[in-house]
Amino acid sequence: MYLVAMAAGFLLILMGLYGALTHRNILRMIVGFTLADSGVHLVLVAVGYLPGRTAPILDSAVPLDEAAQRIIDPVPQALVLTAIVIGLGITALMLAYAYRLFRTRKSLDIAEFTELKW
Amino acid sequence: MTSRFTLRNVAVLTLLALLGVAFWTLGSGYTPDAELNRTAAYYAQNTASEIGAQNVVTAIIVTYRGLDTLGEVTVLFLTAAIVALVLGQTKAPRGSSGSGFLPSGELLTTGTQMLLPIILLFGAYVFVNGHLTPGGGFQGGAILASGMLLLLLAEPGRRFGHRIISRVESLSGLTYVFIGVLGIALAGGFLDNRILPLGAFGSILSAGAIPLIYALIGLKVGAEFSSILESLEETEDA
Amino acid sequence: MIALIATTGFALAMLIAAVVALRTRATAVAVIAAGLVSLFASVLFLFLAAPDVAMTEAAIGSGLTTFLFFFVLGRIRRESGHDQ
Repeated sequence: MYLVAMAAGFLLILMGLYGALTHRNILRMIVGFTLADSGVHLVLVAVGYLPGRTAPILDSAVPLDEAAQRIIDPVPQALVLTAIVIGLGITALMLAYAYRLFRTRKSLDIAEFTELKW
Repeated sequence: MTSRFTLRNVAVLTLLALLGVAFWTLGSGYTPDAELNRTAAYYAQNTASEIGAQNVVTAIIVTYRGLDTLGEVTVLFLTAAIVALVLGQTKAPRGSSGSGFLPSGELLTTGTQMLLPIILLFGAYVFVNGHLTPGGGFQGGAILASGMLLLLLAEPGRRFGHRIISRVESLSGLTYVFIGVLGIALAGGFLDNRILPLGAFGSILSAGAIPLIYALIGLKVGAEFSSILESLEETEDA
Repeated sequence: MIALIATTGFALAMLIAAVVALRTRATAVAVIAAGLVSLFASVLFLFLAAPDVAMTEAAIGSGLTTFLFFFVLGRIRRESGHDQ
């Protein structure tokens, strides 16, 4: 099960990067980045999963003295929680800059922006 | 022109193929650990006695790694500020305010009035219960921001106050840091949650300062998300 | 076994939504499909015993991000309409 999720995450990273590298519309590139973002989150959470264990919440289902044998790794989950929130911030920044670029050229085509081309 | 684009495609595909091979070698030999590593085992064994929170993820985010969360909230604040700065410098053409949504109808306005208090209450519920159940400041903050989003959609012309949002944002941030410093003075270190009694394990007023800190994080994150949404939605022609 | 089938089904649905997000011509459809990918990913997080992450992904990844995209899309669409 975790292997399926991990494979899907890896595939999602590759697809997102493909979209970000091949699309010429800036908004579509940003969509590709968000897909790759979700893929990274899936892989990280899948790494923290241990078969046959339960979520890291110490309620009545998990006796306190054997918690270390019953719950899965909570550290990747905390990491991914942080990453999702920061991911929204990054997306907002990219969108704001995309809008600025659109205002200067009246176009979203990346090929129109030739200043840094060589 | 055509040859350059095919060359670029070949380069992209090569890069992705290499990355795919790397992922394959990472994933094909993967076997999960039989038991937790030392850090995770420490968190699993000692969260109940040291922190008093049922949700181990919350204990890690708010207390064990509290400083990182403070940094994260600061990054989010910077993002909101930069988005407002970048969009504030562009002067929108005349007659274009709002995001181009049609004026909202009776249904949306009335529905918003009915739903908004419930949404805000649910957000508060999520972040106050963060130490007991799944959820917490970030999820609750996002729910608060979605309530603000509904308000934004229902009444596009109305400015619901940069001032209130920025007041909430800076006040909760200041209190957050103040509680952290209080932890140095009264307990074991910066952002230590034992400045308040740990209480009975599993009740709502337990886990020391975690409900307080997570509520502050929730307010701050909600205000930051709202300000990002607002500055992306409205143009500065007022 | 049931969990395995369900995980595979949701993972396939997620990948199909990702293909739609990459291949479609309309940007609005791509944004919606990306939101759908996030929603399926949050179901997968639930199967991986990570309810905290699932909540965050559903609220932030598929909710707020989609609206950010649509706000920018609306601005751009209106302004390019004014010029022509």
